[in-house]
Amino acid sequence: MAGTPIVEIRHLFKSYQRGGQVVPVLHDLSFDIAEGEYLALMGPSGSGKSTLLNLIAGIDKPDSGELRISGEDISRLSESGLADWRAANIGFIFQFYNLMPVLTAFENVELPLLLTGLGRRDRRERVELALEMVSLTDRSAHYPSELSGGQQQRVAIARAIITDPLLIVADEPTGDLDRVSAGDILGMLERLNRELGKTIVMVTHDQRAAERARIVKHLDKGELVDGESLLKTQ
Amino acid sequence: MYYAKLVLRNALRHKLRTGLTMLGIFVAILAFGLLRTVVEAWFAGAENASTTRLITRNSISLVFPLPITYGERIRQVEGVTRVSHANWFGGVYVSEKNFFPQFAVDAATYLPMYPEYLIAPENMKAFLLDRKGCVVGRKLAQQYGFKVGDVVPLRGTIFPGTWDFVVRAIYDGADAKTDTSQFFFHWDYLNEILKKTVPRRANTVGVYIVGIDQSSRAAAVSAAIDLGFRNSLAETLTETEKAFQLGFVAMTEAIVVAIQVVSFLVIFIIMAVMANTMAMTARERLAEYATMKALGFGPARLVALIFGESFAIALAGAAAGIAATFPVADWFAHRLGTLFPVFGVSRHTVIMQLAAALLVGAVAALFPGLRAARLRIVDGLRNIG
Ligand SMILES: Nc1ncnc2c1ncn2[C@@H]1O[C@H](COP(=O)(O)OP(=O)(O)OP(=O)(O)O)[C@@H](O)[C@H]1O
Ligand SMILES: [Mg+2]
Repeated sequence: MAGTPIVEIRHLFKSYQRGGQVVPVLHDLSFDIAEGEYLALMGPSGSGKSTLLNLIAGIDKPDSGELRISGEDISRLSESGLADWRAANIGFIFQFYNLMPVLTAFENVELPLLLTGLGRRDRRERVELALEMVSLTDRSAHYPSELSGGQQQRVAIARAIITDPLLIVADEPTGDLDRVSAGDILGMLERLNRELGKTIVMVTHDQRAAERARIVKHLDKGELVDGESLLKTQ
Repeated sequence: MYYAKLVLRNALRHKLRTGLTMLGIFVAILAFGLLRTVVEAWFAGAENASTTRLITRNSISLVFPLPITYGERIRQVEGVTRVSHANWFGGVYVSEKNFFPQFAVDAATYLPMYPEYLIAPENMKAFLLDRKGCVVGRKLAQQYGFKVGDVVPLRGTIFPGTWDFVVRAIYDGADAKTDTSQFFFHWDYLNEILKKTVPRRANTVGVYIVGIDQSSRAAAVSAAIDLGFRNSLAETLTETEKAFQLGFVAMTEAIVVAIQVVSFLVIFIIMAVMANTMAMTARERLAEYATMKALGFGPARLVALIFGESFAIALAGAAAGIAATFPVADWFAHRLGTLFPVFGVSRHTVIMQLAAALLVGAVAALFPGLRAARLRIVDGLRNIG
């Protein structure tokens, strides 16, 4: 299944300014992610995992280097061009779910569809389908505060897949969950990858989570450490 | 639909905070409306003054009269269509605090110059036939319970003695802006008594009311009248009725200015309160804004959501405030009696209230909107946890 690269990263540099000082975060990074891949990014705290993920997801911009996704160099897109590109191509899963507290599960999942031209009825159908996929049909009218952490993350997964994006990015998706809920979420991500062929990039600290991915890359001080481990191949 | 729901639920997120802010806006808009109404009432006389009526008075001061003989000479001036005269009587009805304006007028010429005073023909006839008769405005009649046939005693202050008048007619205003708190009686009657009691004050008038053919000629006609009396015993000053009325307002202008300043201060204060509410709101939601931006929502949509919420709160409070202005103003008008001849919430005041509310909403949303628009997604997301 892993074939043509969907993400091509070439000589990527990223640094932050902090108190007048330049803090280098990513240093000359080059690698590919193949279509249909499920990649886990691991590494010590501060190694630049989130930074890398944010660049791939188009919510931050590199200092230099190429960042091609599906052939398009997104580092060259304008602010609003990038926003439209994200809406069409990226599904986000966050550590703290990031649901809108004033919206029900249903409405949270519906949110990204407002940026599409879909009518009400089409949106409804899609949202119902997505909620079914994360087994939350019976909770669609509940607000995030009425749901457990695991359930909220399932809503977030439904929201991430609702627009059928090219790429799903997840930053520590199980970081705030107990072991059972985490297992649940990882199972769902695995199914998204295997059954629907979704390309997933996941940042995680958790060895157990990384083991569920197809491939694990280790980042240290902004560089990929060799010994990329193919943990799971079938 | 979806956005409206989002705006509304966001607004109601902190019910106490939103409720208190709305209460503040309610009070501010109500106070603003009442203060504006007072200011308008102050100017009402001048606002409704005709531009085809001039007032000629003694150039030294309104206190000094003019000879009755001037009337005929004014009539000769080109552009003048008719002339009438009136004296300020300044009597007291029962008690000093019962203030209302009383004029001794040349009834046959005066009332026709004020078509906005509506009098039933038979009452008008009765008034003209009774030398001790008087005409009172509807508002005045209601305030003191005057009815046709009642005797109204006035204790003179400028003209000594107690004067009894019989109400022969009650006039209505052609519209709500007409002053119906006045009291008119026959100048001839006043003059007749003065001839007997203080002959040197007889045959004089306080002001001439001069009708002209075109309002555009007001300045020229005024100048011509005053020129005619230059170097005579009593020089005249002629101006439009509006300018004349504004002259009265000018005497109390400091108070009006103070009221106006306070009315704007009230709005300024509520603006600060509302801005604080919205700033707090935005600060708490940075992560949500960042999330929406990550999902592809552009700055314009976030700004629209924030402005929508701010406007919703401001307008809800203002709607209640505007609605309350009417009954409260009515109650005020009732308590104030004839102090302000015209006291009502005008359309202009309501528009000002609405504009103030929109301004408050917009200003309050400005900073949070800018902040959300400029927010970098990665910074906003770091706001969690
Ligand atoms: N917006 C920012 N401004 C300044 N410095 C930043 C910013 N974002 C990240 N950094 C710095 O860049 C480095 C990498 O941060 P990053 O969040 O990518 O690490 P991480 O590998 O995801 O760590 P963790 O496992 O703790 O989440 C850190 O030193 C961090 O302090
Ligand atoms: Mg991180």
